[in-house]
Amino acid sequence: MSVKIVAAQQKMTAYLDGEIDHHNAAFIREEIDNAVMASKPEVLKIDFDNVTFMDSSGIGLVMGRYRTLSMYGGKLIVSNLSPQFYRIMKLSGLEKIAIINKREK
Amino acid sequence: MKILNEFRMTAESKSVNESFVRGTVAAFAAQLDPTLEEIADIKTAVSEAVTNCIVHAYAHCVGKIYIYVAICEGGLVKIKIRDKGCGIADIKQARTPLFTTSGGERAGLGFAVMESFCDKVYVRSKVGCGTTVTLIKKTGGRAENG
Ligand SMILES: Nc1ncnc2c1ncn2[C@@H]1O[C@H](COP(=O)(O)OP(=O)(O)OP(=O)(O)O)[C@@H](O)[C@H]1O
Ligand SMILES: [Mg+2]
Repeated sequence: MSVKIVAAQQKMTAYLDGEIDHHNAAFIREEIDNAVMASKPEVLKIDFDNVTFMDSSGIGLVMGRYRTLSMYGGKLIVSNLSPQFYRIMKLSGLEKIAIINKREK
Repeated sequence: MKILNEFRMTAESKSVNESFVRGTVAAFAAQLDPTLEEIADIKTAVSEAVTNCIVHAYAHCVGKIYIYVAICEGGLVKIKIRDKGCGIADIKQARTPLFTTSGGERAGLGFAVMESFCDKVYVRSKVGCGTTVTLIKKTGGRAENG
């Protein structure tokens, strides 16, 4: 599992690579939170294009980051979800509070 | 339902085993020649049940997780995940979407994911004794003569 964070102006993107489960969710959380708290971007995009597995720990991770951003008025975008991950995310009702996008093609 | 093949394993409740267990169960079920989506569904549901043993059942200790998988005629996969942990007092409440006793980073959607990715989910539990989650998943089933 790896996290690559790219920041440009007020927009930050976290590219996740690998499997998101309970075992490595804590690592991902720390990587993202450290970067977010350091620069408080207006928008945080979490990119799932290279995620190969996700269970409900992924929902917890995204909901947790949503709360972190809400504390200072930041916005969350979740992008490139596979159809399977999209189905999991929708169970949480996340699409009502954040922007969630499926993978293209 | 005639069992074509079955498999058992025991794993310690360490989070590093989560990916090993779901991967192994999915590899075993692959004998039925399921679709990639069905394999992903099985992996996800197993990951939920195993993670619950680690996070909830054995919250303050390391215990054993007992896994049983049977593949049956007609492409049916039956998976049992059992722990001897704290047990669940109110199963109906536990299965309610968004209910969690952990808060923080847990969404309370593990059972909802299992239910949406499997055909049937049965939960048996006794406080102080443990919990058994049974997952039933129908697959395309092209291995009738297995
Ligand atoms: N094996 C188990 N032993 C004891 N309690 C359990 C077990 N499995 C589930 N529970 C209880 O049921 C509740 C709901 O479980 P569920 O998997 O739906 O959500 P969660 O684990 O709290 O959060 P998430 O799975 O979204 O990270 C848990 O919070 C816990 O109290
Ligand atoms: Mg759970």
